[in-house]
Amino acid sequence: MTVPDLSRPSGDLRSQTGPYFGSFGGRFLPEALVPALDELSEVYEKAVVDPEFIAELQRLAEEYTGRPSLLSEAPRFSKLAGGARILLKREDLNHTGSHKINNVLGQALLTVRMGKKRVIAETGAGQHGVATATAAALFGLECTIYMGEEDTRRQALNVARMRLLGAEVVPVTHGSRTLKDAINEAFRDWVTNVESSNYIFGTVAGPHPFPTLVRDLQRIIGEEARAQVLDRTGRLPDAVVACVGGGSNAMGIFHAFLDDTEEGGTVRLIGCEAAGDGADTPRHAATVNRGTPGVLHGARSFVLQDEDGQTIESHSISAGLDYPGIGPEHAWLAEIGRAEYVPISDAEAMDAFALLSMTEGIMPAIESAHALAGALRLGKELGEGAVILVNVSGRGDKDVHTASEWFGLLDGDPADGSDDGTEPAGADATGTDGAPRHGRADLAPLLELARTTMDAATAGTEEDA
Amino acid sequence: MSERLRAAQVLDRTRAEDRAALIGYLPVGYADLAGSIDAARTLIDHGADMIELGLPYSDPVMDGPVIQRAATSALAGGIRNRDVITAVEQLSGRGAAILVMSYWNPVLAYGVDPFARDLAAAGGAGLITPDLIPDEAGEWLEASEAHGLDRVFLVAPSSPPDRLQHVVAHTTGFVYAASTMGVTGTRASVSAATEGLVERTRAAGAANVCVGLGVSTGAQAAEVGAYADGVIVGSAFVRTLLQAQDEGCGGDLRALADVADDLRSGVERARRAPGGARA
Repeated sequence: MTVPDLSRPSGDLRSQTGPYFGSFGGRFLPEALVPALDELSEVYEKAVVDPEFIAELQRLAEEYTGRPSLLSEAPRFSKLAGGARILLKREDLNHTGSHKINNVLGQALLTVRMGKKRVIAETGAGQHGVATATAAALFGLECTIYMGEEDTRRQALNVARMRLLGAEVVPVTHGSRTLKDAINEAFRDWVTNVESSNYIFGTVAGPHPFPTLVRDLQRIIGEEARAQVLDRTGRLPDAVVACVGGGSNAMGIFHAFLDDTEEGGTVRLIGCEAAGDGADTPRHAATVNRGTPGVLHGARSFVLQDEDGQTIESHSISAGLDYPGIGPEHAWLAEIGRAEYVPISDAEAMDAFALLSMTEGIMPAIESAHALAGALRLGKELGEGAVILVNVSGRGDKDVHTASEWFGLLDGDPADGSDDGTEPAGADATGTDGAPRHGRADLAPLLELARTTMDAATAGTEEDA
Repeated sequence: MSERLRAAQVLDRTRAEDRAALIGYLPVGYADLAGSIDAARTLIDHGADMIELGLPYSDPVMDGPVIQRAATSALAGGIRNRDVITAVEQLSGRGAAILVMSYWNPVLAYGVDPFARDLAAAGGAGLITPDLIPDEAGEWLEASEAHGLDRVFLVAPSSPPDRLQHVVAHTTGFVYAASTMGVTGTRASVSAATEGLVERTRAAGAANVCVGLGVSTGAQAAEVGAYADGVIVGSAFVRTLLQAQDEGCGGDLRALADVADDLRSGVERARRAPGGARA
């Protein structure tokens, strides 16, 4: 397996270690937290050259997380993507169900090294919160998770999971009641309890050293995937696609490919931003496409903000991408043109969510479904013969309720005899069997589309790629 | 242009009177722009030597629930960055130094140099920056020099000697010493460790050190005023305004005046009370 490698790579783009990525990054936080950020940087710099730390991280990756994660073929889904060969990096199969565990185990080890007994974290979809609560249980640490009240509703199952794991979950009731406000509240806790507590930041945003630290702990995704794709196909992929909220799974899978820029063979790096109702509507989270440079949560990066610098609330069906900022390294990669950032709407993501489920039996997180929608679009552009690596950053169990509402699978369902009262007045029935179900989209045409890939798939034509 | 009063001038004056300065914080735009200006005038009329005008921001990580609530309400009421300049204009020339306290992104959005220019032209003394450390402040160091503005950076109980020296070296006016690790809000007592922080900050070269976070009563002001050059009070004033608003008498500033009077009498007696004499 690929050994966790936290050493400094030599490539032009891969060697960047902050605090600045171009003009992005830095430390825009109260002076009170500077000693804690310095301490974290120092402990981390010592850890990355300590064989014991690396060995422990490796042991946990193998025995606890279940690394390396698989690289799966997706032959039926590929047929919907213009025949391009889609390869899925299966971070959804990690313990706790997403890539978040990679970062959390590393930061929990650092917490223990600092002698701190309590961890705090923010969470949007709950994936980072669940991962942090899990690590806290594993290492015997007190754990407090901040989560926007709106997200505790959208992700009620994950709130229960965190509580069952022994964590305290604090719903944040001010601001937009989503991820950005959970981060504000976690910082307030940290500045108050910094002596006893470590803030396990969940993404590649925030003040230095978080963008570098979290990226380094997620680099394993791309390092494994690059070797797996080379081994499987004998070449590098044409493109690597990942969803981007704060951007940790994307940085994790992009990083190994940053310097793969040979003339004529550049590996395209594509980040899929949540476009909500559409990037041209007021309800989206397309930070690179629609944001401007500013400071939010401790770093200079792209921010959704008004002309006074007030943060604009983001919107996405996916709680994990519902964030008006983005990590500074992504902002830099966008600025220099090394990575592309494309908006994916709620509707496109939900189609991809259903299509991957129906064609491959893999139910992705709605976050990851944004990347899959991006791959469908890109595959049609690149066509047959192309190889597209997609990061399936998490699994979709937590999203079944949201998807059921979206596709109208719950209300009026004869199976449970109940009506949850969510259907809009006068809406057309969208159920696959004519039952009076109501959602925002219809599952039936997606099922038809999925069925079109059946014959060829069962004929076993994977050999062609 | 109004006659500009800088923070150090005020602190020289209060030092000559052998007392700490009383510094009052209010968010611009709560309950509305005119109301916040009236409230600040009341503070000046009732003993505040300096005013800190908070520029409401959507993501105030250093503020507790009281100031958050007022700032959120001010933003919902449509307050704009430009309004803080208007408020400074209307408050300068009344014998108090007028500072602005702002998170960094609104200043970036305004433009650092334009903000400094307009603040100075309005008669402002300077800017307090809770989430800007000197290491990231290149543009602001230049603009504040160019326009003659006080740069008030913060120190905290967690600050080690090298950080104290670094902050002091880049500060003009006064150093803002946070009395506790935490966010703004009223507290039952001011940490006994605060005096040590003020001493360490002076040892790092600071001419003036003012203490904020958690001071809300005359008794606390008397305690802190015994050793600090200034006592900064925010949440106690804002809480009084919120209460008046909740009781439907938002325009009645008598309760605010009472709180200010109590705090002023605290700094007046700080160095005169038995045992309160400065060492």
